[in-house]
Amino acid sequence: MQWRHKDLLDVSQLSADEARHVLDTARYFREINSRPVKKVPTLKGRSVVLFFAEPSTRTKTSFDVAGKRLSADTFSLAKSGSSLSKGESLKDTALTLQAMNPDAIVLRHSAGGAAQFMAERLECSVINAGDGRHAHPTQALLDAFTLTERWGALKGRTVLILGDIAHSRVARSNVLLLNLLGARVRLCGPRTLLPPGVDTWEAEVFSDLGKAVRGADAVMCLRLQLERMQAGLLPDLREYSRTFGLGEGHMAQAAPDALVLHPGPINRGVEIASDLADSGRSMILDQVASGVAVRMALLFLYMTRKSAE
Amino acid sequence: MSSVSLVVRNAVWKKKKVDLLVARGRVAALIPSARKTRVEAAQEVDASGLLLLPSLTDCHTHLREPGFEYKEDIASGLDAAAHGGFGNVLCMANTDPVNDNATVTERMLDRARAAWPHGPRLYPIGALSRGLKAEELAPMAELAGAGCVAFSNDGLPVPRAEFFRRAMEYAWDQGKVVIDHCEEPSMARGAGMNEGVVSGRLGLPAQPDVAEAAQVARDILLADYLKIPIHLAHISCRRSVELIAWAKERGVPVTAETCPHYLTLTEERVEGYDTAAKVNPPLRTRDDVEAMLQALRTGVIDILATDHAPHAAHEKEVEFDLAPCGISGLDTALSVTWGLVEKKLLALDDLVRAWSEAPCRVFGLPENRFQAGDPADFLLFDPTAAWEVTPEAMRSKGKNTPLLGTRLRGRVAAHFLGGKKVV
Repeated sequence: MQWRHKDLLDVSQLSADEARHVLDTARYFREINSRPVKKVPTLKGRSVVLFFAEPSTRTKTSFDVAGKRLSADTFSLAKSGSSLSKGESLKDTALTLQAMNPDAIVLRHSAGGAAQFMAERLECSVINAGDGRHAHPTQALLDAFTLTERWGALKGRTVLILGDIAHSRVARSNVLLLNLLGARVRLCGPRTLLPPGVDTWEAEVFSDLGKAVRGADAVMCLRLQLERMQAGLLPDLREYSRTFGLGEGHMAQAAPDALVLHPGPINRGVEIASDLADSGRSMILDQVASGVAVRMALLFLYMTRKSAE
Repeated sequence: MSSVSLVVRNAVWKKKKVDLLVARGRVAALIPSARKTRVEAAQEVDASGLLLLPSLTDCHTHLREPGFEYKEDIASGLDAAAHGGFGNVLCMANTDPVNDNATVTERMLDRARAAWPHGPRLYPIGALSRGLKAEELAPMAELAGAGCVAFSNDGLPVPRAEFFRRAMEYAWDQGKVVIDHCEEPSMARGAGMNEGVVSGRLGLPAQPDVAEAAQVARDILLADYLKIPIHLAHISCRRSVELIAWAKERGVPVTAETCPHYLTLTEERVEGYDTAAKVNPPLRTRDDVEAMLQALRTGVIDILATDHAPHAAHEKEVEFDLAPCGISGLDTALSVTWGLVEKKLLALDDLVRAWSEAPCRVFGLPENRFQAGDPADFLLFDPTAAWEVTPEAMRSKGKNTPLLGTRLRGRVAAHFLGGKKVV
């Protein structure tokens, strides 16, 4: 398949065939990650800027590893080390980066739409590594990859996304991608953590975890942030964990062999019972491994786009 | 008729062809063109094909001077007003320094007179509270004496009902109306768009329409209790107009304004994180737009106002979260609302009432009803002139409008204030 996109802003840009092509490509690259020498010259001489204007360890490391395994030169830029911390606008940062002529920029930013903002101003590819509460397409793709590796296909499967849906870019991208690939999506969280207009999303919506989990093939927990309590959206962590924390008891209601996912970092005992996070159902470390393969696939597809045309 | 200084012939007013006679800066007579009266005048204008309208009054403008002259200054703002058809401009107090003392008011008036001696006329709105902090009342008697025509904390809502009540009482002692920015702040904090399907999808912080309506309800109840008029600024949603309609039926002394963008644009304009469509209150839904049009037709909404909020290009060319709220409106307001007349969503009479009669009445300004002796403040409007909204076509320094690139119909062909041509 010839890759026609310049940027990856969200999964809504992708057709089902394109999403499957990403996963197929990732499957190829995953094999490289299990070799003794985990490096291929595919992107030798190409450069990727990892511009993380918001703290992130796993996504940034995942992209860094992905780039290096393809022999690309990766350059890290954090907000604290960039001119943004000196008051420079995102536009000027974008133009400065552009002048250095990278082949791709991986952007993490706290503002929704930041990736689109950059993409409109840069000639190189922009890969959205999470923008505000808006989108996290690479996370959704790696989640889909993780599940398809286990199941073969998503069609007909039911996936429950549990927790703070309102503030989650992971949830937004996953709802789109899971539907695109034929899965049924459920959402569950307290009403205070459900986004406005959620009834128009392609998902069944619950505020009762017991009902939501019934028959689900996978439960995708979301990270809960302490500021939700400070904002008056929740009483306290204890009550949240008792009402919406996923435990073995809930999983007994789910489909046999149902899987548990979490984008990490996890709050053990809050979003998910500690034992469950370490159990055979847990795909959390598989997600990390999938992340490298999927990001290798994405860097490859986007950075070789011109030569493919 | 020997003292007639200007005759405007063959203009259309209320669907009839008329001649307007002006003497000593005032309307001398408005007569049917067919009468062919022989009048000697120093100046004659043939207005064939043009509509005659009273000059417009914008009761809600941000002119940014002093303090933010890079966005707009009084001269450039009045230039946009003159070309947009506005003869009276009421400017808000959120300048730097804030217009909370006579010195600032007097400076504003001096700047306006120096730049536009024949108008558009500037009418400053004084701050309701010192520094717009909603902690201490501003010296309203001093401000009224210096020329402020109303008081408002616009830009920053007043959260404490008791403080707001005292402000209404104190302002009324000066014979002035309070204009309220209706927003329950705890529900709107950090929000740049309407809460709903689009904000849910984009993941942007959002405010529900009830944040506006809750404050509208508070203000109505205070006006009813105190028997003191209140004017509600930039109303944007159905929930608010239903409350205002209820209040008016009860005889509560409440008046309200809305803006052209709340009559024409919906929250979908924020798609793509378009900061040009970031405005406060935010663009609402199609249902709200229909409610606003209905409210304007039935007089529940009394006044049209621009809420002209110019910003520099670099301020809007940022992440959506960081962009300031506001749409630059003086250049486009009349054309946009004329478009609603062409679509038969409003009548021309609605425009005349809402852009001219009602704001003059509410804020006690001289009004032109084309009666002998009225100020000769009028414009000749070409309803067929098409123009494209481009930065070059806008007179305001603020080019921040979601209408850039749009073609509009209807434009001011000439504008007279006190009988003198300003455009």
